[in-house]
Amino acid sequence: MRRRLPAIVVNTLLVIGALATATPLLWMISASFMPAGQSNELPPRLLPSPPTVEHYVTLFTRLDLARNLANSLMIATGSTLICVLLCSMAGYAFARLEFKGRDRVFRALVLGMLIPAQVGMLPLFLMLKAMGLVNTVLGVVIPMMAPIFGIFMVRQHALAIPGALLDAARMDGASEWRIFLKIVVPLLRPIMATLAIFIFLSSWNDFLWPLIVLSDDARYTLPVALANLSGEHVQDTELMMAGAVLTVMPVLIVFLVLQRHYVRGLLQGGVKG
Amino acid sequence: MRTIGVRGQTLAGWMFVAPALSLIGLFFFVPVTAGLVLSITDFDIYAIASPATARFVGLGNFAAVLNDPVFWIALRNTMFFVLVGGPLTVAISLAAAVLVNSKLARAPAFFRSLYFVPVVTTLVAMAVVWRYLYHPRYGLLNHVIGLVGLGPIDWLGDPHLAMPAIVILSVWKKFGYNMLILLAGLRTIPDELYEAARLEGAGWWASFRHVTLPNLAPTFLFVSVMTMIEQFQLFAEPYVMTQGGPLKSTTSIVLLMYEEGFRWWRMGHAAAIAFVLFAIMLVATMVQLRLQKEQAT
Repeated sequence: MRRRLPAIVVNTLLVIGALATATPLLWMISASFMPAGQSNELPPRLLPSPPTVEHYVTLFTRLDLARNLANSLMIATGSTLICVLLCSMAGYAFARLEFKGRDRVFRALVLGMLIPAQVGMLPLFLMLKAMGLVNTVLGVVIPMMAPIFGIFMVRQHALAIPGALLDAARMDGASEWRIFLKIVVPLLRPIMATLAIFIFLSSWNDFLWPLIVLSDDARYTLPVALANLSGEHVQDTELMMAGAVLTVMPVLIVFLVLQRHYVRGLLQGGVKG
Repeated sequence: MRTIGVRGQTLAGWMFVAPALSLIGLFFFVPVTAGLVLSITDFDIYAIASPATARFVGLGNFAAVLNDPVFWIALRNTMFFVLVGGPLTVAISLAAAVLVNSKLARAPAFFRSLYFVPVVTTLVAMAVVWRYLYHPRYGLLNHVIGLVGLGPIDWLGDPHLAMPAIVILSVWKKFGYNMLILLAGLRTIPDELYEAARLEGAGWWASFRHVTLPNLAPTFLFVSVMTMIEQFQLFAEPYVMTQGGPLKSTTSIVLLMYEEGFRWWRMGHAAAIAFVLFAIMLVATMVQLRLQKEQAT
């Protein structure tokens, strides 16, 4: 009997944690299917009766959030593709190619990681304005294209690529670019997958920078559009919950499907970083 | 072997890093440096139309920031979020990691995944959801605490409670991330150490203090520093939930910077706020590294 009690305590605490974690999300989903006004009844309802999809219809008709969904998808996908390509190239080169000034440049980059992004945001906005990139997709994507931590993450993994393998390919006369494509990329695939998921999620969820750069409703990303709507529609709880579900669902699906790659990469990259 | 293709590698090396480096240089290091310049000018809405009207004002913006009572309120609010929210996040992450890692846990993989879900969700959407959970009359949270005879509490309407309410949301949102990193740290502690502690008669608490915590120290330091840096950048929660109110009780430094810079277009002033925040973060990071190193020795 002495061994039963600790097991009960541990599992009870885990279940309490699970309830606290899941309740806000489950309530969000449930309320999004409630007829208007039903989430403001006392005592609070947990399930919709009858369930309705009217709020989702409103999101796509009257509020026209399909545009914002498309913007978010375009921005997150674009950032991800560019970032994975550029960070892999640079991360590999910093780890495994010998060139003059390499270590000094890399050290400068690592120091740069200490600077919070907010410090550069005001001048960056003015620069993009001068370049005509304010209120464009490209303007949102630009700071995401080559995050220093992405280069850092790839480099840590590229260090493990055996030099003999690369030298053998060089002896055979392969060009550096060919070596990268044929040997390095296959070896780096796991970390590239982690980085891709990470960038997709953070670009999708990003708020401050898109809020600064984008200035008209039609160009907003979903989080910016949702924040904007939540001001006007404070009373429409169920509609806002449908908006929240729409905003969260794509990243939740990406996470649930690709969980294994993401979690493994975080565990390796995170601690070393 | 090192000499093979070194000349080719020099060219190739620079070619490989050039795209990333030029983007980082142009869109990160240049703006950061320009921010320093901006912070010593009176760049405002007129200067956006014609930059030539901006004039150098020396350290005037910094003096104005430090003399602005709202800045000190924002700093106090941010420090509350850092000093209360940060340790609370790390403590709950550690508790979750220890529970999930426990041999007594049923279905640890399920709990681990579930606890991680809030991390990947969109902060803005969650802030919208929690605003309704905190509703004084219809909110689920007040209903739950009402069951045990407490409340109702006007979470976001009370200047003393709005910031704690934001802390609760933020802990909920991010403890899963730290939990995962701490779990990786816990897994590296060899079982033999616990076995040895048990043979010496150590109970659960003693082995947690003398085996788990010392061996987890490097991971713990990493998690605490990363969490602290993130806490300093509080923005979306007050922007969505309270607009910095009530009575500015949730105005954070980044929110203040955003409003000065992008609502009132006082960009010189906002740039000074950004650098003051950066300086505070640097000092705080160094203090934390120093403190934890001293503790470790």
